[in-house]
Amino acid sequence: MNDVLDVALRLLAVFLVFLVFPLLVGQTEHKVMAHMQGRLGPMYAGGFHGWAQLVADGVKFAQKEDVVPAGADRRVFQLAPAVALLPYLLVLIVIPIGPGNAVGRFVDAGIFFVLAVMGVGVLGALMAGWASANKFSLLGGLRTAAQLMSYELPMLLTAASVAMAAGTVSLPGIVDAFEWWWVPWQIVGGLVFFTAGLAELQRPPFDAPVADSEIIFGAYTEYTGLRFAMFLLAEYAGIVVLCALTTVLFLGGWHGPYADGLGWLWTLLKTALLAFVVIWLRVTYPRLREDQLQKFAWTTLIPLALAQIALTGIVKVVIS
Amino acid sequence: MILAAAHPGFLSPTGVEIAFLLVGIATLGAAVITVTTRQLVHAALWLVVALGGLAVEYLLLTAEFIAWVQVLIYVGSVVVLLLFGLMLTRAPIGRSPDADSGNRWTALAVALAAAAALVWVVVDAFRTTWIDVQGAVQGTTAVTGQSLFRHWVLPFEALSVLLLAALVGAIVLSRRRGTATESDTDPRAPGTARDPGAPRDPGAPRRAGKETR
Repeated sequence: MNDVLDVALRLLAVFLVFLVFPLLVGQTEHKVMAHMQGRLGPMYAGGFHGWAQLVADGVKFAQKEDVVPAGADRRVFQLAPAVALLPYLLVLIVIPIGPGNAVGRFVDAGIFFVLAVMGVGVLGALMAGWASANKFSLLGGLRTAAQLMSYELPMLLTAASVAMAAGTVSLPGIVDAFEWWWVPWQIVGGLVFFTAGLAELQRPPFDAPVADSEIIFGAYTEYTGLRFAMFLLAEYAGIVVLCALTTVLFLGGWHGPYADGLGWLWTLLKTALLAFVVIWLRVTYPRLREDQLQKFAWTTLIPLALAQIALTGIVKVVIS
Repeated sequence: MILAAAHPGFLSPTGVEIAFLLVGIATLGAAVITVTTRQLVHAALWLVVALGGLAVEYLLLTAEFIAWVQVLIYVGSVVVLLLFGLMLTRAPIGRSPDADSGNRWTALAVALAAAAALVWVVVDAFRTTWIDVQGAVQGTTAVTGQSLFRHWVLPFEALSVLLLAALVGAIVLSRRRGTATESDTDPRAPGTARDPGAPRDPGAPRRAGKETR
């Protein structure tokens, strides 16, 4: 009985994180973008600096009519948002936030689990793009697929580099094995992983699949109401997952002063810092054109990732 | 694999065995729908269900590593590639009138023969072997890696050479197409020629130059 309660509590905690953190990132994005652009951002909802803006948005989305286009493939169209959203919930379960067993569920092949399940999320965008019966949506779906195929590889390679360094593929194991000098050692891999992750989430400057000035909103053009909100939530949950993963793999997760008691705080701080960088990049860089995007993946990120693997291998052989 | 001390009977199935059987039936059903549906994209999506079902079967057999790799490679990459190809060429919503092939009975015969051969080989090889799914995990990454690189290095390397050959072949094919006449324009969505061309590096600049929009 105690075990069941333990598992239930952990899953509940992960679910709460899944519901709350994406909203926090979203609100931060509103405010950070606004201040970077010399605006105030939302100020009215909730009273204090518009803190309840996203809650109000949620209520608005829930009130809207759920429209399915007449020519659409109904079932696939309606299933797509769930396929896009659920993988991020599953990924959150295995990310360790503190020392010991502060993790939703220990998974032996954690890295593989995370990357595999995140790849499934993209199927949601593909399904949405095809089932909408809309040319812009189809173009968005195509771009999503092309982007996923080119950016999945550098992500895998750099994750493999960390796994080589730690000698394990479980996420808690990797954080346990972390030493401070891993940061300079794996810095290239970390940058490649983070960049490729941004591209997989279709965040600016890699947001050609949803480029509003060219193809309206890509695969999500035809969506309204709650289903559209689910896609948006998937994007912000993706930011949380990517930042947490980068933290765990490359920045040492819970390592820091007083890690025994405050480990979880370090993880959250590093994740929040990375989330801020994600928002900052959105405000700073213009969108990459589709061919620039592919060229960047194949001629910059993949060679860098391979070089990182070579470096990891050499250092690993020398020190062991 | 461990030879259990007491021979487990077929008539008192455990929960894992029942789950294995149910997932197997669901996987088989998804696979059958994959090859019988008239809607091309639905076939690809049912294929996702079938491959995911296989991953669950691996999990039930405690082969965790294999299960995640199955999801990563097949669901995450192969099916995405398949959907990409379908969307690029023809993916009408609703039925595809030409989704039937005259070879279907031959294909059925080949599939049945292959299935029979596989089942026979597996049954013959593992007839008296039982996995103890309750005890120590047999399919962890460590165990899989050790057996892969200790006992199966040669097949592993041979497979890598095969993949390398396929890779070189793909490059050769795409290069030859690059110098040939412009016969590869896409009938369905001409405006997207730029996106899919990019992964093949030799073709990319030429296509980008051809772009008119």
